[in-house]
Amino acid sequence: MIKDDKRRAMLEKVLKEHDYQESALLEILHRAQEIYGYLDKELLMDISGSLNLPPSHVYGVVTFYSFFKLKKSGEHVVTGCLGTACYVNEVEQILEAIEQEFDLKRGGSTADGKLSLLLTRCIGACAMAPNIVVDYEVIGKATKELVIQKIKQALGGVKAETS
Amino acid sequence: MAQELEFQNAYKYRINVCCSSGCVPFGALKVLKAFEDAVKEFGVEKECKVARTGCIGTCSVGPAVLVEPGDYLYQSVTPERVREIVRDHIVLGLPVKDMLYERNAYFKKQHRLVLRNAGKIDPSRIQDYINMGGYGGLLKCLTDTPQAVINELIASGLRGRGGAGFPTGQKWSLVARAQNSPKYIVANLDEGDPGVFANRTLAEADPHAIIEGMLIAAYAIGAEKGYIYIRSEYPLAIQTLQKAIAQAKAMTLLGESILETPFKFDLELRFGAGAFVAGEETAILASVEGKRAMPRPRPPYPANSGLWQKPTLIQNVETLANIPLIIQNGGAWFAKTGTPKCTGTKCFSLTGKVNNPGLIEVPMGITLREVVFDVGGGVPDGKKFKAVLVGGPSGGCLPDTLLDIPIDYDSLVKVGAIMGSGGIVVLDEDSCMVDTARFFTEFCVDESCGKCTPCRAGLARLKDVFGKITNGAGEMSDITTLEKSSSFIRDGSLCGLGQTAPNPVITTLRYFKDEYIQHIVEKRCDAGKCFKSRGEEEIE
Repeated sequence: MIKDDKRRAMLEKVLKEHDYQESALLEILHRAQEIYGYLDKELLMDISGSLNLPPSHVYGVVTFYSFFKLKKSGEHVVTGCLGTACYVNEVEQILEAIEQEFDLKRGGSTADGKLSLLLTRCIGACAMAPNIVVDYEVIGKATKELVIQKIKQALGGVKAETS
Repeated sequence: MAQELEFQNAYKYRINVCCSSGCVPFGALKVLKAFEDAVKEFGVEKECKVARTGCIGTCSVGPAVLVEPGDYLYQSVTPERVREIVRDHIVLGLPVKDMLYERNAYFKKQHRLVLRNAGKIDPSRIQDYINMGGYGGLLKCLTDTPQAVINELIASGLRGRGGAGFPTGQKWSLVARAQNSPKYIVANLDEGDPGVFANRTLAEADPHAIIEGMLIAAYAIGAEKGYIYIRSEYPLAIQTLQKAIAQAKAMTLLGESILETPFKFDLELRFGAGAFVAGEETAILASVEGKRAMPRPRPPYPANSGLWQKPTLIQNVETLANIPLIIQNGGAWFAKTGTPKCTGTKCFSLTGKVNNPGLIEVPMGITLREVVFDVGGGVPDGKKFKAVLVGGPSGGCLPDTLLDIPIDYDSLVKVGAIMGSGGIVVLDEDSCMVDTARFFTEFCVDESCGKCTPCRAGLARLKDVFGKITNGAGEMSDITTLEKSSSFIRDGSLCGLGQTAPNPVITTLRYFKDEYIQHIVEKRCDAGKCFKSRGEEEIE
C-alpha cells in the first residue's frame, strides 16, 4: 500500500519542503516519479489530496507533459530518439528492426515485461545521429545490428556500462 | 584573484577534455580519467593541468580534447591513446598528427562571443570564469544607474535569441517602467526543438555567463527573484547550473546585499517536463506556476502582468549570455558584429547530412551557403544537397537557390523560415520533402496544446492528408487542401507554435511542389521513403 511504505515518507518530505504549495506541483510530480518510477492513479489521488487540488487538474498536468509516465516500464528500456537529426539519419529503420526482432510495439513492452521500447523527442546528441539509448548507454551513429546486439546483451544479463 | 592567476599560470600546458552531453556518452569521462592518470605516470602533473570543460564544438568527432597553448584539437580520443598524447605532445612537444582535427574551415568563419569560454574553462569552477573576466560586467553595472545599463543594451541592438527577435533593450525598458512589484525574471532554457542543443551546451559549458546576464538584467529592471526554466531531459546542465548557483551564493554574487551593495537577487531552477509549447512566453509562465503550459492571449504582456500577474522579463539564455559582454565592452562595440539591423552572433546546432555537424556560432548576416558548405563542409558521401531546414520543426525548408540569403531574423521570415531556437538541418537527395513535411506536421500535432481549434484540428487534418499522399491515395485537390489549411492554422492560432507550425508544409509546397505532384500523379517517391513502409506494414 502506498500509505505504509518508506517511499510515502520520502514523498511526504518533498511535499513539506514545498510547503504543500500548488505552484510546486511540477516539482513534486518530478520527485514522485523519481521515488516510485512512475505515477499511478492511487499516487496521483494522494498528491491531489495533499495539495488540495482537484484530481482532474493533477491528471491534466501529468498527461500534458510527455516526461511523466503513467505505466510501469519494462526491466530494460530502449529509447529511440525521434529528433530531426535522427529522423534524417534513418532512425525509423532501426526502430522497425527492434520491433520485429523483439516482438513489441513502440511505446509498449514485451509480453514478459523484460523490455520496453520508448520514444523521446530528442536526447541532444544530434551530431552523432541516429541515437538509441539502451538502458543508460547512448549508442551514437547506431546501426540495426549494433543496437540489436546491445539489447541482447542487456537482456542476457550482461550489465550495460554507464559511462 | 592574483593567487588564482598564479595558480593557472604555473601550468605550461592545459588539456581541456570536453565532458558535455555530446561527448560523455562516447566515453569522455574515461578519457578524462586516463589523462589524469597519464600526467601522473609521466610525472608532468605540475606543468600540465587536466581540465574538465564544456563543449569544444566538434560534436561529431567526440570525445574532443583541446591542448593549449596552440589550440591543438584532438578528435575521437580513446582512453587507449591518451598515453600517446601525453608522452608525445606534453613530454616531447610533438603533437600526435593522426589524431588532430584538421577541418580548419569549421572554425574559420565562426565568431565566438556567447561561446567565448566553451571548452576553455572548467564550468564547475567559478574561479575559471572570473579569470576570463567573468562577473566584470556585473561589477561595472553596479556602479552605473539602471537606466544607463538599459541605454547600453539599446545601443547594442541586441535582439532576443529565443526566436522572435524582439529588441532586448526595449523589453527591459517596458519591465523597468511597470509599476507593480515584485518583478521577476524567467530565463528560458526549455529547448524543446528536436535537433537543437545550443542552449544546453551553453549551460553545460559556461553556466556563470547565464547567471551574470540575469543579475545585470535584474539590476536594470529592479527584479529580486529569478527562475531558470530548464528541460528535465538535461541532467548534466541541471547539475552544472545547480553547482554554479551555489558557488555564486557563497561568493555573495547571489542573495542579499550582493557584493556588499543594497542590490539583492535570488535564483532558482524550475524543471520542464517535455512540452514543446512551454517555450512560448506565456506558456512558460503557466508552467513555472505549476500548471499545464498553455499560452494565453496578449495583452496583457508579461512585461506588465507575467508570473503571478507581476511584471516579468522572459529571456532566452543565449540572449542573457551576451549581456555581460555588452556591459563590459559597450553597446557600440557589440553592434560592430553582424548586420546593422541584426547585431551580434547566433549559435546554431548544425546537423543532418553535413560533414561537420556540431555546435557553431556565426556572425549574423553570414549566408546559409557559408554555413552549410564552409563551416559544415558540405554534404558527405558525394551526395547532392537538396534542402536546408532552418528554425526547427516549425521552420522552413529552403532550396539551393535561396542559400545566398543572409541569416538574420527578417530575411529568414521573408522566405518562409524562422530563426527559431537555432536549428539548421541539412537534407540531401535521400530525403523526401513530402515525408519531411509529414514528419514535422506529426510532431506539431503531438505538441499542439489544443487550445486553438485551427492548430488542434487543422494540424490533424494536414496529417491525414499527408497520410493519404504518402500511401498512394493522393489527389491533386489535396494540394489545395494543404495550402488552405496551412493558412487557416497560421492566421487563426494564438501563439507562435500554431502560427509557425505549417511553415514546413508551406515552404515544401512553395519550393518543392514537383515532388508533391510526383507523389500524387505518378505515385513515385525518388527518395524511397513513401509507399514502401505502408507495404511492409500490410505484410506484417
